[in-house]
Parts: sequence; C-alpha cells; structure tokens
Amino acid sequence: MESKFDETDNILDFYITEEIDHHTTEKIRRKMDYEITRFMPRKVVFDFSNVSFMDSAGIGLLIGRYKLVKLIGGSAEMKNVNKNIAKVLEMSGVVKIIPIKPNKKVG
Amino acid sequence: MELNFLSKSNNEAFARITVAAFAAQLDPTIEEIADIKTAVSEAVTNCIIHGYENEEGMVKVKATLMQNIIEIEISDNGIGIEDVELARKPLYTTKGNLERSGMGFTIMESFMDEVEIHSVVGIGTKVIMRKKIKKEESEEIDEKENALIN
Repeated sequence: MESKFDETDNILDFYITEEIDHHTTEKIRRKMDYEITRFMPRKVVFDFSNVSFMDSAGIGLLIGRYKLVKLIGGSAEMKNVNKNIAKVLEMSGVVKIIPIKPNKKVG
Repeated sequence: MELNFLSKSNNEAFARITVAAFAAQLDPTIEEIADIKTAVSEAVTNCIIHGYENEEGMVKVKATLMQNIIEIEISDNGIGIEDVELARKPLYTTKGNLERSGMGFTIMESFMDEVEIHSVVGIGTKVIMRKKIKKEESEEIDEKENALIN
C-alpha cells in the first residue's frame, strides 16, 4: 500500500495494492493508522484501483479506519471500486458511512 | 480435490486461489469465480480465527464437481460453534475487538446457492457450500428448449 498526503487540500490518499483479507489487513491497518495520526487529514480516500480481491476483513478494516478519521473530525470516501468488491461493500452497508466516489468520465 | 493445510493466515489466499483454479473447469464467469473465492476466504478465515482461535491446527478443503455444480467442504477440528443460528446472523461476531465485521456467513450465503453448517462444540465445524455455474445461461437454454417443445 502507498499513501499520498495533499497538504493544500488536507486529503490523505491510500492506494491499496494488495488483496484484502484477514492475513493482509493487519499490516495495512498499522500503516493506515500511522499515516492518519501523523497527518490528521480532513479527508481520507481509499483507492481500490489496484485491489483485485477483498473479503469481509476489508469491511472491518474500513469501518475501523472510518472511526479513527471521524474521531479527528474528518470524513472518508472510496474510489475506483470494481464490481466484485462493490458487491461485498454494498452487502455490509459500509457505503452509507464511506461513500463511493463516482469515477471521472473520460472525454 | 482435497487440500490440507496449517491454520496460518497466509494460507487463506492459497486456499481461495486453488479452489478457483479447480472451479475453472466449469468455465465460470469472472463474477462467479470472484464469488467462490470470497466465500472460500470467509470459511477458511473462520476456521483460523474462530475454530482454532489462532492456535495451530489443520484446515481441510474438499471440492467436488457435479455436472455444473461445485461443492466445497471446508472443515476444522477446532472449538466448534455453540449457536449456529446466532453465528449466521449478519453483523454478529464474537471477535469485535479484532475488527471483524460479522459478515462472514452472510457473504457465504449470498455468494453461494446453498450453505450448510455442521458444528459440534469441542469437535469442530464443517461448512458445505454449493454453487451452480452458468446459471443464467443454462436457464436461458432451458427456456429455449421449453419454447421449442411448446
């Protein structure tokens, strides 16, 4: 996973590059929490463009990070979510608290 | 097809990828493969976190093809589930402190056609899941055949 902090807009972007399951969430969680507490962003964006798989461990991960961001007065959103991941997300209702940003139209 | 592996979390990816490769014989759609991978991942994770509570044990995955149906049996010799009906409920989890969402069985049930849970406390848990591949297409064929007959 890579992250990028935009100082002007105070937005923290997480580019997740691994499959998200119980095994990988531990490491991702530690890194995300470190970056969130370090930058105290007003918004966190989870970018799924390089995520090929996610199970319910991802839901726990997202809700946990959302709680942390909310604690510091920020919000969260997701982008570039593929169909299969959207299916898992929608089932859990997590999209109600972390909305999926629509993809930018090309052209 | 049968797999036996240690209840280590890095085997979750191994299990779902292997079952997906086995299921590929039925020529499933990308979505069907994703459904199977997700359901297998949930069941195997349950064995590791709940069945063995992160202690060492063996997880067994058995997959069988019957025409266009895949049956996947995932079992452990762990602690078992006291109340299976409660465990099936969406959002119910005994491991909330581990940021578990309580969606495991709900996902298995919605991504597969049938899910059976057999569990005996102190003996272990076995989950049997079935999914029909190319459901829509075969239903379409059925409809066409029926139309021809009529």
